[in-house]
Amino acid sequence: MLKLPIYLDNNATTPMDPRVLEVMTPYFLEHFGNAASRNHPFGWQAEEAVDYAREQVAKLIGADPKEIIFTSGATEGDNLAIKGIYEMYASKGNHVITATTEHKAVLDTCKHIEKTGGEVTYLQVKPDGLIDLKELEAAIRPTTILIAIMYANNEIGTIQPIREISAIAKKHGVLLFSDAVQAVGKIPVDVNKDGIDLMAFTAHKMYGPKGVGALYVRRKNPRVKVTAQMDGGGHERGMRSGTLNVPGIVGFGKACELCMQDMEEDTQRISKLRNKLETELMKLEEAYINGSTEHRLPHVTNISFKHVEGEGLLMGFNKNIALSSGSACTSASLEPSYVLKALGLGDDLAHSSLRFGLGRFTNEEQIDYTIKAISETVLKLRDMSPLWEMYKEGIDLSKIEWAAH
Amino acid sequence: MAYSEKVIDHYQNPKNVGTLDKGSKNVGTGLVGAPECGDVMRLQIEVDDATGMITDAKFKTFGCGSAIASSSLATEWLKGKSIDQALAVDNMDFVEELNLPPVKIHCSVLAEDAIKAAINDYRVKNGMDAIKFEDSVVH
Repeated sequence: MLKLPIYLDNNATTPMDPRVLEVMTPYFLEHFGNAASRNHPFGWQAEEAVDYAREQVAKLIGADPKEIIFTSGATEGDNLAIKGIYEMYASKGNHVITATTEHKAVLDTCKHIEKTGGEVTYLQVKPDGLIDLKELEAAIRPTTILIAIMYANNEIGTIQPIREISAIAKKHGVLLFSDAVQAVGKIPVDVNKDGIDLMAFTAHKMYGPKGVGALYVRRKNPRVKVTAQMDGGGHERGMRSGTLNVPGIVGFGKACELCMQDMEEDTQRISKLRNKLETELMKLEEAYINGSTEHRLPHVTNISFKHVEGEGLLMGFNKNIALSSGSACTSASLEPSYVLKALGLGDDLAHSSLRFGLGRFTNEEQIDYTIKAISETVLKLRDMSPLWEMYKEGIDLSKIEWAAH
Repeated sequence: MAYSEKVIDHYQNPKNVGTLDKGSKNVGTGLVGAPECGDVMRLQIEVDDATGMITDAKFKTFGCGSAIASSSLATEWLKGKSIDQALAVDNMDFVEELNLPPVKIHCSVLAEDAIKAAINDYRVKNGMDAIKFEDSVVH
């Protein structure tokens, strides 16, 4: 039996895997100790659990456990990495390079350092969402201390050429930070093979709990340090003070272990479903896939249905299917997705987009239901759309003088 | 954001979707909004020359549920009204009837603008001057 509503917004957050919850439960009740309590069994148990989880997390990304700094999530990781490097390496320079399609946690942190005297270059992306490596290299200055480029994009799933980027960074002696929230646990990520110096990721995008994440900070070749952004007890090698979220960390560790164990199988199954969804929806007229289809996460697709507005489209089925749109009809600014606009999409196509994020618990029945519901709604709304009628009459919509309000 | 029941009802069962002959002298067409803003409304009225009454109204809208509901409601309201009565329809009437939240006020403004644009189109076609309205205050 098909159970509604269907969840296809796994880029926003994933449901917890029951196997994760199971290992967390004891750490709320009997093993409630503070991992920093060195003098009694409660503390020892908590510390042991954290150490084990640190190994599980490190293993997933090919790191040493000592290189894992637990945080409250990726927003904190992004802040700690960028502000922490900016402050720690101030004597070397003040220039950071990032891209316009980064997550707000990166972009707004960059805006913050600009206010305090930092300089930031925001690279444009190509129509497929990838950065131009030549532009990246050309943007490097003697004062450049950090390149901050995400591993994979949250809206369109585009995977950046991280190894080529790290080679350029290394050549110029610049550190590379990557927000890898959408990639870790979904595709193989190895900080050594990929040449990443700092990397932020979070548990709740990989079937773990909310409120816990990690920042990978390289310890060898080169040894990287960040200035702490919170003062306190000096936890996490002094880089992140604050009592550790033991149950969350235990769950995070388990989530990493499961991702590692199930990755191949999950990827195969999920990408097959994604491809079916995409192929069927692309049978609709005037449908466009946003971002690269070649360099893309296996569980993501982002499609624009021209002449239908995204929020109106969602309303046709959002009681039964959880999805998000690049349209922002509800925001005061009425600005559609900045990521889609960065690809060079017109506002009209950006307003017409849907983002699909499949996951471990997505099944074929759900996908079949989704294909049918979305196709029907698109057709219904096009019958109701003046733009569709004009398009069908052969009117060039770009030539009309719209009374923008 | 949750929509009101009335918005959902108009969205699911929109009234008077369609197209009137825009070449006809009796038909006034208002096309307002812009694709890049995420909403375009086309409202059409058919006016009886002899009585000055609106005998039919049709719409097509590209936009969110509130924009669709506002234009659907506009066609319902316009049918059977005189031009003067139609001119009295205010955007706040839509806000109240559909319980639109503040972020959706622009949908009601668009609906009011569409009514006025349709009336002016009808007037100009029939040798009357277009009425000058104050610019809408939103955006």
